[in-house]
Amino acid sequence: MVELVWLIPALPLAGFAILLLAGPRLGEPRAGWLATAASAGSFLFTLITFGGLLGLESVTKGGAGGRGGRSFESTLFEWMPIGGLEVDAALLVDPLSMTMALFVTGVGTLIHLYSVGYMHGDPKYSKFFLYLNLFLFSMLMLVLGENLVVTFLGWEGVGTCSYLLISFWHERPTAATAGKKAFVTNRVGDFGFMVATFLLWTALGTVSYTGIAALSGGLATGTATAVSLLLLLAAAGKSAQLPLYVWLPDAMEGPTPVSAMVHAATMVTAGVYLLVRLNPVLTDTALLIIAIVGAATALFAALAAVAQHDIKKVLAYSTISQLGYMFLAIGSGAYVAAIFHVITHAFFKGLLFLGAGSVIHGLGDEQDMRRMGGLRAVMPITAVTFIVGWLAIAGVPPLSGFWSKDEILLAAWEQSDIGPLLWAVGLVTALLTAYYMSRQTFLVFFGGQRWDDSAHPHESPVTMTLPLMVLAGAAAIGGVMNLPLVADWLVLEHFLEPTLAHAHHFTTPTWQKLLLAFVAALAALIGITVAALAWLRSRIPTDKLEPALLENSFYVDSIISNFVGGPGTKVFEAAAAADRRFVDGAVNGVAKLVRMLGEAVRPLQSGYLRHYASGVAVGAIVLVVWLALRGVS
Amino acid sequence: MGALLAASGSASDFPILNALIFVPAVGALVVALLPRSRPDLARPVGALFAGIAGALALAMAWQFDTAAAADAESVGEGFQFISQQSWIPDLGISWHVGVDGISLWLVVLSSVIVPIVLAGVDPHHDPKPYTAWMLLLQAGSVGAFVALDLFLFFVMFEVVLVPMYLLIAGWGYDGRRYAATKFFIYTMAGSALLLVAIIATAVLGSPDSGITFDLVTLAEGQQLATNAARLCFVAFAIAFLVKVPVVPLHTWLPDAHTEAPTAGSVVLAAVLLKLGTYGLLRFGLYLFPEASDWAAPVLVTVGVVGVIWGAITAAMQRDLKRLVAYSSVAHMGFIVLGIFAFTAEAIGGGVIQMVNHGISTGALFLLVGMLYERRRTRQIDELAGIQSAAPVYAGVFTLIMLSSIGVPGLNGFVGEFLILIGSFETRRWWTVIAATGVILAALYLLWAYQRVFHGPPAAADRQTADLRKGELLTLAPFVIAAVALGVYPKPLLAATEPAADCLVMHVTVYSADELADPADPVVVFDGCDIRDSACSAGDGSGDRVDDTAGDDH
Repeated sequence: MVELVWLIPALPLAGFAILLLAGPRLGEPRAGWLATAASAGSFLFTLITFGGLLGLESVTKGGAGGRGGRSFESTLFEWMPIGGLEVDAALLVDPLSMTMALFVTGVGTLIHLYSVGYMHGDPKYSKFFLYLNLFLFSMLMLVLGENLVVTFLGWEGVGTCSYLLISFWHERPTAATAGKKAFVTNRVGDFGFMVATFLLWTALGTVSYTGIAALSGGLATGTATAVSLLLLLAAAGKSAQLPLYVWLPDAMEGPTPVSAMVHAATMVTAGVYLLVRLNPVLTDTALLIIAIVGAATALFAALAAVAQHDIKKVLAYSTISQLGYMFLAIGSGAYVAAIFHVITHAFFKGLLFLGAGSVIHGLGDEQDMRRMGGLRAVMPITAVTFIVGWLAIAGVPPLSGFWSKDEILLAAWEQSDIGPLLWAVGLVTALLTAYYMSRQTFLVFFGGQRWDDSAHPHESPVTMTLPLMVLAGAAAIGGVMNLPLVADWLVLEHFLEPTLAHAHHFTTPTWQKLLLAFVAALAALIGITVAALAWLRSRIPTDKLEPALLENSFYVDSIISNFVGGPGTKVFEAAAAADRRFVDGAVNGVAKLVRMLGEAVRPLQSGYLRHYASGVAVGAIVLVVWLALRGVS
Repeated sequence: MGALLAASGSASDFPILNALIFVPAVGALVVALLPRSRPDLARPVGALFAGIAGALALAMAWQFDTAAAADAESVGEGFQFISQQSWIPDLGISWHVGVDGISLWLVVLSSVIVPIVLAGVDPHHDPKPYTAWMLLLQAGSVGAFVALDLFLFFVMFEVVLVPMYLLIAGWGYDGRRYAATKFFIYTMAGSALLLVAIIATAVLGSPDSGITFDLVTLAEGQQLATNAARLCFVAFAIAFLVKVPVVPLHTWLPDAHTEAPTAGSVVLAAVLLKLGTYGLLRFGLYLFPEASDWAAPVLVTVGVVGVIWGAITAAMQRDLKRLVAYSSVAHMGFIVLGIFAFTAEAIGGGVIQMVNHGISTGALFLLVGMLYERRRTRQIDELAGIQSAAPVYAGVFTLIMLSSIGVPGLNGFVGEFLILIGSFETRRWWTVIAATGVILAALYLLWAYQRVFHGPPAAADRQTADLRKGELLTLAPFVIAAVALGVYPKPLLAATEPAADCLVMHVTVYSADELADPADPVVVFDGCDIRDSACSAGDGSGDRVDDTAGDDH
């Protein structure tokens, strides 16, 4: 059944094509249902392909590295064959790509369904689903691509769709600016992606993942580190890591389902996927840097999340922070833990965003948490499911977030260079996460009413609450896919391990593991308690808990925009002025010079014979003298 | 002329290349002879002639024998549809035309794009001379792309100049006289050098059997002494670099583009600029392989400077059409980089990018022209929120913009990617700098797009009409080509690759031969397929030479 893999991206592409040609005619709600059906069909074929993959024989490839496992390649056609370069439009079915495709299509379908209700009444209803289907297609090409170039097709495709969706309400200048900012910032990362591709091709003569995995052992350490760091740049752009994270908080200008799907569950995890996919190339030096970037981002964004007032901005910074965890996991060599967290995060953060969307929807586009409160009573389903998401991300056992976060913290602890430091940063981040998410939950759903009576908050329609309930279930029990302590329970690890060059096995003794898990759970508890005392019971004055420094996320964004708007623009302006004044000025100067010269010599053509005769005479004399002098010497 | 049409070609009995030149030329004559009372006939008749030539060009591409091209062991053997007629025998000048994988797609592009703009763009006044000049432009540019005789090439190169000058001066906008004159004089200055160099090359480089202007004979013979060849190369290169144009020889371009009528801008971008890059390949690398290698560091630098400088200055333009013109400078810089990287991937990518640039920049000029027709302005400041008023127009613009930015799945990516990956082998750091151009391209285009299309529309913006059926029809070929070439560029690459391979081999062999006696031509090497040998070396240290080829002499 693995041969049907091409249908996974083909269905959303077909949905896109139909909506492109007939979207406005289909109208609401048929356009939405069509897109949802395309997505659901894609999920179905992912399940079928997944079943097919499980039925394949496991083969060992790559010799010494011991890599192998089940995999299947489907070459659709030759894309760019020239010279020594062979780039095929090919898809790769292996445990990693299937794991990604499963949650992308699964969560994607739920968000499509949710959008059917959420986008109700929007004048560009069908266009929204057009973009959503194109996004899903691109995301699937990204994770299913068999080589770097096909992945790059998806990578740029999701970036483009992200641009189109962020600036969906393009008459709002903030939305338009945010979309552009996202695209351009991501392009900085794309530069890294491209150069990494060039470097790998020049060094190994292949861009296919199978080829790279087989040959990566022959890479010089310097080259491998350079490739790794370029890939980190690419991943930092797409997955919003320091210092390229600046676009993600602004990306919240897009419709909320977009924030859930593109900017929380799927696209932003592409960087994590890329690094895991190319894990054979990553060197120790690069891994350490990845771990540091991840830990720093996790802490930085968690601090910023503490003082946000916009319900979506909290979740945006939280996403950046959680992505930092995933990078920390990769840097610690725990690739399975990274993917595990990608999945659980897709569940609970998708859920939280959709819940936030339900609140915004119910309150008539209100996003400021200071004008919410007590919504538990009027939006019971949204409230209950949001609470599940909150406890999951806070790391309360036995919800999914506890297990995946715990594995990352353990991996950080075991990191050989600065493990305990990374662990400590991760732990503080966990505490902060529990705190800011509790603050948000209390501000939105608990306490007294702070909204106007004219807002008339109401529970959302079933197309919106159904996805909430499904995701809440997944966020609650998602941890079962990779439970520790009993070897047989590590389902995800056993499944993914064959695709990894260096599988990570935890060495910490069990009692220590339990102790670390206990400490992590304790941190979550402390975070929740502090938040409860401050925001629920008012035992702690809250005015000092939202310092301006954190509210403005350390002013990084304004520093960058001041630089771009100030000196950056000045340099560009100077170049354009130089082009006009000097480069073109020189051209016109030459023209002027020629004209002046012409005018200067014009009197010589006087028309008088005697002038010409004297000229000839002088010339003759000069010539004779010159010849004579030359003859002498 | 009849004799020329009846000439027998080797690949096919019908001299299709001559037809591609003479059908539009005759068309120009017919249009010129149309009765004065029926100016309305000019465009349909002209489009018909141009369209016939366009259809013939597509038929030629269909018949182009990729397998035979792949078997060619030198650049000279790669030409197809050859037609050769004696012209001025005393000087060794002949009517010698043919196409290979490098010129094939440029011929198709030139032949197809003129009928489209003729049919789709209204000149507003004097349609008769306008149509005649457009047809002459088509004839001349196709002639330049297929000419295999230096003198014939020069004639065609100059033929193109006149109609372009008259189109800008006659149908352009406010500053048209200044722009047209600047265009003409700038290019003529280059042409003067070109003429001198052509004569010098023929006089000094001809074999002992007698003077010849035949490109293949001269290029495969390589009789010129090193220094003479380098001098001649410099003269050729300057003429072509003005045409490309590269920074700092580019300032005629924004003026010419901005002031030219829409159709003029489209043809200027799609076809005329390619004469420069095509010239560099055909009369630079092929005719002067050693000199090309010698000058490559300078030219690669010039290309990269163009990428960055073009992008930065584009970002700061206030006139949308000027912005597109500057983006051309950046795109053409990529092509120059690819040409002088001397790898099959980069040169093949360069050829593809020439076609792609014609599609995406041509379409951008069409789109800007359509906006001007509606709003009588191209000033970015005076436009806003167009997407709300004209969503289909905005959608087409977005797609073409993404193609210009180089988003994969669309045509622009293929050329850019191949150029960069191919150049990275031999010119690593230049390529890394050029790759930052992809960031800048997103910056200037998206910024302009935001200001023109996004935001709240003013009253005038709200009344901007969306695309009409005829306009959609005009844009459709560009949109289809952008998607098709982005998804499946293989047919283009397959035809181009052998020619690119042979050209790389040609340069490799002769540039390694610096110290050998120039009177003792070295033409022996084993085939063209350098994939296994030269291409994979790739550290740019200059020893890309195939050892076996070196030992043969």
